[in-house]
Amino acid sequence: MRPSRLMLGVAMAGLMASAAHADMTEGGIKIGVLTDMSGTYSDLSGGGSVWSAKKAVEDYLKAKPGLKVEVIAADHQNKADISANTARQWYDVDKVDVIVDLVTSSTALAVNQIAKEKNKVALVSGAASSALTGKDCTANTIHWTYDTWALANGTGSAITKTGGDSWFFLTADYAFGHALEKDTAAVVEKLGGKVMGKVRHPFPAQDFSSFLLQAQASKAKIIGLANAGADTTNAIKQASEFGIVAGGQNLAGLLVFITDVHALGLKTSQGLIFTESWYWDANDTNRAFAKEYAAANGGKYPTMVHAGVYSSVIHYLKAVEDLKSDADGAAVVAKMKAMPTDDKLYGKGTVRADGRKIHDMYLFEVKKPEESKGPWDYYKTRATIPATEAWRPLDAGECPLVKK
Amino acid sequence: MFELIGVPPQVLFGQLLLGLINGAFYALLSLGLAVIFGMLNVINFAHGAQYMLGAFGAWLLLKYTGIPYWGALVIVPLVIGAFGIVLERLFLSRLYHLDHLYGLLLTFGLAIIFEGVARYVFGASGVSYENPIPGGVNLGFMFLPYYRAWVIVFSLAVCLATWFMIERTKLGSYLRAAVERPDLVQAMGINVPLMITLTYGFGVALAALAGVLAAPVYSVTPKIGAEIIIVVFAVVVIGGMGSIMGSVVTGFGLGLVEGLTKVFYPEASNIVIFVIMAIVLVLRPAGLFGTAK
Repeated sequence: MRPSRLMLGVAMAGLMASAAHADMTEGGIKIGVLTDMSGTYSDLSGGGSVWSAKKAVEDYLKAKPGLKVEVIAADHQNKADISANTARQWYDVDKVDVIVDLVTSSTALAVNQIAKEKNKVALVSGAASSALTGKDCTANTIHWTYDTWALANGTGSAITKTGGDSWFFLTADYAFGHALEKDTAAVVEKLGGKVMGKVRHPFPAQDFSSFLLQAQASKAKIIGLANAGADTTNAIKQASEFGIVAGGQNLAGLLVFITDVHALGLKTSQGLIFTESWYWDANDTNRAFAKEYAAANGGKYPTMVHAGVYSSVIHYLKAVEDLKSDADGAAVVAKMKAMPTDDKLYGKGTVRADGRKIHDMYLFEVKKPEESKGPWDYYKTRATIPATEAWRPLDAGECPLVKK
Repeated sequence: MFELIGVPPQVLFGQLLLGLINGAFYALLSLGLAVIFGMLNVINFAHGAQYMLGAFGAWLLLKYTGIPYWGALVIVPLVIGAFGIVLERLFLSRLYHLDHLYGLLLTFGLAIIFEGVARYVFGASGVSYENPIPGGVNLGFMFLPYYRAWVIVFSLAVCLATWFMIERTKLGSYLRAAVERPDLVQAMGINVPLMITLTYGFGVALAALAGVLAAPVYSVTPKIGAEIIIVVFAVVVIGGMGSIMGSVVTGFGLGLVEGLTKVFYPEASNIVIFVIMAIVLVLRPAGLFGTAK
């Protein structure tokens, strides 16, 4: 017996009604914060990223209640295999819709592929490699906070233009270090500077004296630190011990977070120039966020990664609410690209076709000890790099999503 | 200017000297491990964590009591050593009748706990400790910071003093005898358990001392112990488990080898020691200075 037209109509109306009621997988949105909870990057991401994601959900629901959102977290220990296994488990079994933060490039690149395979979403805040919006870009990933190209462009060009035209790189020997070195070398050479040499150090390393001595022997004016976290702070500390800066060479920290400056102290880190996308003391909204963050995180202050996690979660929730569905990851990301971004920490911005989130970047200089009013008062803004200049041109990244 | 396989000699000399400095840390740490293993037959996996506690101890003293580096060099090893004694009495002493493996697992667990607590209290980025003797001297081929020179001299002195105490004094001979035949030594009226407890405390104090020495050089983070301990274990294995002189000579020697690797092929500098370890284990399973029992 064929079903009557009326019955079919009723059934369809019922389906449409439930679709209008929002088609959320498993009845709600599940956000997974996959980050370094215990290792060298756990201060700049870690528990702070989990807090920021929860805070974003809380703020969003305050303004627009009605969505059901859950935030879970896991430690990937900066290992690509653990990261990949957790992502598979989350997407397949635990019904996680979106994975955020993803500090350490190798872990982010691993999840980037899995998100595509499972048609889910990855919003990268902590990792740096510009390959995420370059040759490895996918329709399921957005790279939010910063990338190696922007760091290289901001710091590399500022230093090369002011006379630092010969460079030697101390590079962490993994995906991120290589990308940062490559991107910075390209900027330096484009501006007429010269790369005198490089040394790839194991990650993590403790003793940099050998590498610093090689850098010293190169007679390069600038020693570029293409590394992060404790590697950077160790290199800076030992450079001061070995009289590198006193000898006329300067250090360029290519990726420095406020937690690194805090660990080093102003006496050792003063004068260091680097690029970041967010600083807690830039305006009242940031200060209010930082105050709340510090109260909940043992007095530590938020990094740009934490702010990026907040901002990316807000935009994701907006897109999902607009679509009324979180089921199709590529569709959500397409929606996120179509909508302009606007949140209290990063202000107005856009997401580009290659998955690059676009906002201003800032060139900061670390204050002298006498200029600082106390703990966490560390940065002076040297320059604002406008969004139009801060990022790699869309057609230069070799992202397959970008039509030539 | 002549070059050696593409490397200018001043760079090479510089690297050798730096290798010696790293070797000083390896020697000091492997010495403590060797003393503990040699006397207690315990593989002290918490050694790295105790080294880390030493570094944080120096920082805490400076921050909260204003006691500078030189005071920390004495106070921190005493305090952490005493803490080691408590650990030995509370936990380790219950495992002596069992296989080595139990001591290893226990100390491994303790190491993870110490590291976790340090991360909770101080954060993963760690803290910075001021260099007590800034400045340095230009040797022509390199700039030698005074502090690094001090590290070499001081750790060499500590290593030799320890070796002398164990191999050449009456107390040392009691210790060595107690390892061979504890029952016999006990029968002669010597308090063997007390000696063992004090030896563990001494080994831990050596680790803490190395930590204080390291604090001005490295960023003091909860991870510093975990990063160095594996290398130090390799040093002990290469030198021969329990051999005092072996661990000192191997510590300095491997520092040199590692320094050279950093010039010729830096990417391999963190594995070269393990390659040597594998070769030594194949050719001389008891280690370079060890004697097969």
